[in-house]
Amino acid sequence: MGGYGDVQMIDENGLRMDGRKPGDLRPISIETGVIPVADGSCRMVWGTNEAIVAVYGPMEAHPRKIQRQDRAVIDVAYNMAPFSTTDRIRPGFNRRSREISKVTKDALESVVLLELYPRSKIRVSIEIVSAEAGTRCVGLTAASVALADAGIPMTDMVISVASGKVNDVVVCDLNKEEDNYGEADLPMGILPNTGELVFLQMDGDLSPDEFKQAWDYNVDAAMEVHKLMIDALKGGDN
Amino acid sequence: MNSRPVGQLDNMSIESSADGPRDTQRTLVVVPGEDLGSSEGIEAGHGVLVVGDRIISTKQGKMSRKGNTISVSPLHTRYMPRPGDLVIGHIEGCTNNIWFVDIGAPFNSILPMSLGPAKVEFGGTRKILDIGDSILCRVQEVEETHQSVVTMKGMGLRKIRSGALDELDPHLLGRLIGKGGAFLREMKMQTDCRIVVADNGRLWIDGELENILEVRKRINSISSEAKMIGVDA
Repeated sequence: MGGYGDVQMIDENGLRMDGRKPGDLRPISIETGVIPVADGSCRMVWGTNEAIVAVYGPMEAHPRKIQRQDRAVIDVAYNMAPFSTTDRIRPGFNRRSREISKVTKDALESVVLLELYPRSKIRVSIEIVSAEAGTRCVGLTAASVALADAGIPMTDMVISVASGKVNDVVVCDLNKEEDNYGEADLPMGILPNTGELVFLQMDGDLSPDEFKQAWDYNVDAAMEVHKLMIDALKGGDN
Repeated sequence: MNSRPVGQLDNMSIESSADGPRDTQRTLVVVPGEDLGSSEGIEAGHGVLVVGDRIISTKQGKMSRKGNTISVSPLHTRYMPRPGDLVIGHIEGCTNNIWFVDIGAPFNSILPMSLGPAKVEFGGTRKILDIGDSILCRVQEVEETHQSVVTMKGMGLRKIRSGALDELDPHLLGRLIGKGGAFLREMKMQTDCRIVVADNGRLWIDGELENILEVRKRINSISSEAKMIGVDA
């Protein structure tokens, strides 16, 4: 969040570098059932981000020490493919992927009805195939679609969207340049039916007014994404 | 900061009315968290939850209403054992007097020595059923903790020594069997194979190799047809 002060990322008409208005989302497409052997799966393309998520389970939790007697555990593995960015990423887990796996797990635990499957495990593997900015949001949103596709009982689906600040303007769904050179980033996880918040992180500084604006953008964007998720899960039915 | 009130999405209002659940003569695919109407005078069945005075769906699936009960049958699901189910299991491990059996459920089953296929001496479990063996067995009991016990005492329950095993999602078994078993009977006649359909979605097919391949081809086509959303048992 260095902020390259003289980099102009908003033009005089208020449009962003990729022609979007401040509140606009990048194009999103969602597809379910992309991995035949998995219990549930989802492929989500969000701008130039692409995530593939597979869900297995509920199944017997191994090793036994991770079992909980009163509920299931969710095992989230977020991973970026080595070829997902221009700089090659060293394969395997790192601090960043561990952190994202943890926050994704915490967000999903608040919606999945874990107490129905004591002593078992639900495995969620998030693979980022192409990364631009906001992969944690794409991963979390795709994971909740894949969980729904696997028939796992949930009270709601989590939708994650990020807003931020660029050239003192609050914008929704940051792209790579805005994320790298912008002044703030606010990813949120929202439950669309109740408006509850299950995940929030913030990088950089926002004034209370800017925070409220970013919040509003995120909630509005989540509603748009929710419609796309419903379309994908219902397969154009209804 | 307070979260903003979230309005209902417009695609939920197609058949809903403000005073109660919508008319469900048509099957309706719902997604987790979807509002299915007021809970007044309605009983919650499988796959739904009462939150306040509303009923919400907890699974992706087809909503159905029978009498006063609303339920959602999921499009994809994992097998959940029930007492009396015929299942095909794989032996995953054993101790001196118990076998652990994977029956494709979220929780492994146990097969105690006393319910095994033959008389076993204490410590001799691996001589009768070894790790990796497949067995046809029946669910004897499912405990509150979801742990289940299977038995091999009963007609036709045995170790599987020949033929091939295949899998189908448990909710598609209805399509394989057909009305009154007609579809399955026809397939058995046409392919001259012995086909045992277990409730956990596993199938035991025995016969000539070519015939087994033909049966597996047909089963795969059922499975791939059903991948299209909206197909149900």
